[in-house]
Amino acid sequence: MKTFPIGGVHPSANKLSSAKAIEVLPLPEVVTIPLAQHIGAPAVAKVAKGDKVLTGQLIAEAGSFMSANIHSPISGTVTAVDLVPNGQGLRQMMITIKREGDEWAEGIDRSEQLVKACDLSAQEIIARIKAAGIVGMGGATFPTHVKLSIPAGKKAECVIINGVECEPYLTSDHRMMLEHGEELVVGVTILMKAVGVEKAYIGIENNKPDAIEHLSKIAAQYKGIEVVPLKVRYPQGGEKQLIAAVTGRQVPPPPALPIDVGAVVCNASTTYAVYQAVQKGMPLIQRVVTITGKNLKEPKNLLTRMGTPVSALIAAAGGLPEDAGKVINGGPMMGRAMVNLDSPVTKGCSGITVLSERDARRHESSQCIKCAKCVAACPMGLEPYYLSKMTQKKNWDELEARMITSCIECGCCQSTCPAYLPLLDWVRLGKQTVMGRIRARAAAAAPKK
Amino acid sequence: MEVLLYTILTLCVLGVLAAVILYFVAQKFRVEEDPRIDEVEKMLPGANCGGCGFAGCRGMADALVKRDDISELFCPVGGGDCMKAIAGYLGKAAAEKQPEVATVRCGGTCEKRPRTNEYNGVKSCAVAASLYVGETGCAFGCLGFGDCVAACAFDAIHMNPETGLPEVDPDKCTACGACVKACPKMVIELRKKWPKNRAVYVSCVSKDKGAVVMKACKAGCIGCGKCEKVCAFGAITVENNLAYIDPQKCKLCRKCVNECPTGAIKLVGMEPLPKEPKAPAAPKAAPAATKEPNHES
Repeated sequence: MKTFPIGGVHPSANKLSSAKAIEVLPLPEVVTIPLAQHIGAPAVAKVAKGDKVLTGQLIAEAGSFMSANIHSPISGTVTAVDLVPNGQGLRQMMITIKREGDEWAEGIDRSEQLVKACDLSAQEIIARIKAAGIVGMGGATFPTHVKLSIPAGKKAECVIINGVECEPYLTSDHRMMLEHGEELVVGVTILMKAVGVEKAYIGIENNKPDAIEHLSKIAAQYKGIEVVPLKVRYPQGGEKQLIAAVTGRQVPPPPALPIDVGAVVCNASTTYAVYQAVQKGMPLIQRVVTITGKNLKEPKNLLTRMGTPVSALIAAAGGLPEDAGKVINGGPMMGRAMVNLDSPVTKGCSGITVLSERDARRHESSQCIKCAKCVAACPMGLEPYYLSKMTQKKNWDELEARMITSCIECGCCQSTCPAYLPLLDWVRLGKQTVMGRIRARAAAAAPKK
Repeated sequence: MEVLLYTILTLCVLGVLAAVILYFVAQKFRVEEDPRIDEVEKMLPGANCGGCGFAGCRGMADALVKRDDISELFCPVGGGDCMKAIAGYLGKAAAEKQPEVATVRCGGTCEKRPRTNEYNGVKSCAVAASLYVGETGCAFGCLGFGDCVAACAFDAIHMNPETGLPEVDPDKCTACGACVKACPKMVIELRKKWPKNRAVYVSCVSKDKGAVVMKACKAGCIGCGKCEKVCAFGAITVENNLAYIDPQKCKLCRKCVNECPTGAIKLVGMEPLPKEPKAPAAPKAAPAATKEPNHES
């Protein structure tokens, strides 16, 4: 069975909610919508305090090409456009809307009926995706229309759908594939048309045999779509790892992109959102969020409107357990710890994980014994122990030469370290600093031209 | 015995031969260097802290000798006297700079600024700042993991375990600026050093609105502007909900200290003015605070 060639770990899956059908979370009374919930420039608010908005109405427009539109997830009145603390407690520009009923904007088909045929041209499809504000919903939140706009001189050869969901605990993509398989596969055909390819692969890890079987059956009715079962290994859901697993091709180090090896990768939930946007005119205003945790009363998969406070999801799952030590936006490997539970669900939030105090607390770290377990675990072929050391020494040039910018922050190194060293903490800081230096250099070089 | 003798003799001859060769090579390839560089290096304090912007004192000495205009070069450790001496030796005009001292502008002690969460990662401000807001509700204040302490080459800054904030020893501080660069929250500022280590400064850098500040910290600046109004010298400006006292304009009159409702304006090395002045506020009275020696100690 296929998998990616180097590194990786196998954390306990803990998929507590994989058998739980998607439930619809009751509409929130108040939503807060961050203007920057995607990679790239923040969106520009199109509404002001006191404005009435409808569900699905455009409330913020893409700030540049590398940006995404944002639509109102509920109908009601805008009460503020102001700085609000996000999940990490940092102030971010957000639009606050108070709900009044649930009136939808015109032109959105909310029926369950499957629409297979799509007569639009590639440009029209990309335009609709852009208008709907779709971004990568696996967590990276890269604007999908940018990904689908193939730069001149490059050629896409295949579309790869990411149904791997290798992150422990999370099951939102899994449930999406099971319950909306038909729509998802239509979404795949739309993506194939948008980038002009004949071949698509749906990569699914073999710990989800039901999804593999279900989608294989549906895909058999279409030409050129193949479901690829993959051997379970984290971080297979990483874009570059998935390309390597499915096609055997290695994406070169940055600034190369997946398109340089002819691949366009889209997450399963994103593909469903593409179907909804192109066939039904539905903007990206809701998503499936897994609320999970070992001591949570009822782990669930909830269809949630964007901007819903995370506390509402926790309440729907039976409230915060007594021994809760950490609430994570995302899964335990790549998610970010939260300090503000009133912060909203955003486009990239695929799950909320509640860890107990015991699971959350880190072990006391000791000395590096140069065992190189982290080197073996790194799926990008880096040397995490060395990068961590060089970051502590602030040797930015060396870090750049050692390709720290290739780090995907998957956390394999830290999870495998027998000395419990906080490798990723340092590497992430080093990566941010080096990226900042590269950007500063580019900015300094630009005016001379 | 003979073997030993020959061995020693051979080695001696080799040694002398190598010395002669090395002498001529050294003569031939000698790098001509201005002897003044060595002299200037000796005059510099030799801390190699990098506060001047060069990698070490040698680099600074090199620049001082080679540049015609040295008015932009300044050694914060040696200070004005050291620069004057060097300039005198080189016959150039010295840079003049008033003495400065690192000032920690955060009053969010453990007591005034309650912890809202516990940070379990690397004990480094830079790492914590790259991850999230910090252990308290304030997004601007000191994180308390001591990057500034680690950066200081002069043992002049230490964490106070009671307050959770770093404290500067003004007598040891050389104003090299290492801590200023190390602080990811830009809490530390180099401010004018008054005689007897006196100081008046706003001990807060939060740009949040007053209500948000109050929620997170009882010692924060809420941007009410009372200090700005009471200042007779136009030294205080309030921008983005935050007051700032310009150290060049401030005369240490201390009126703002009494006016501040949250105690965010810190007074060091002096007694505060008596509260409630007898006459209703004479705004331009007693401008020269430095002329009041009877108030101190």
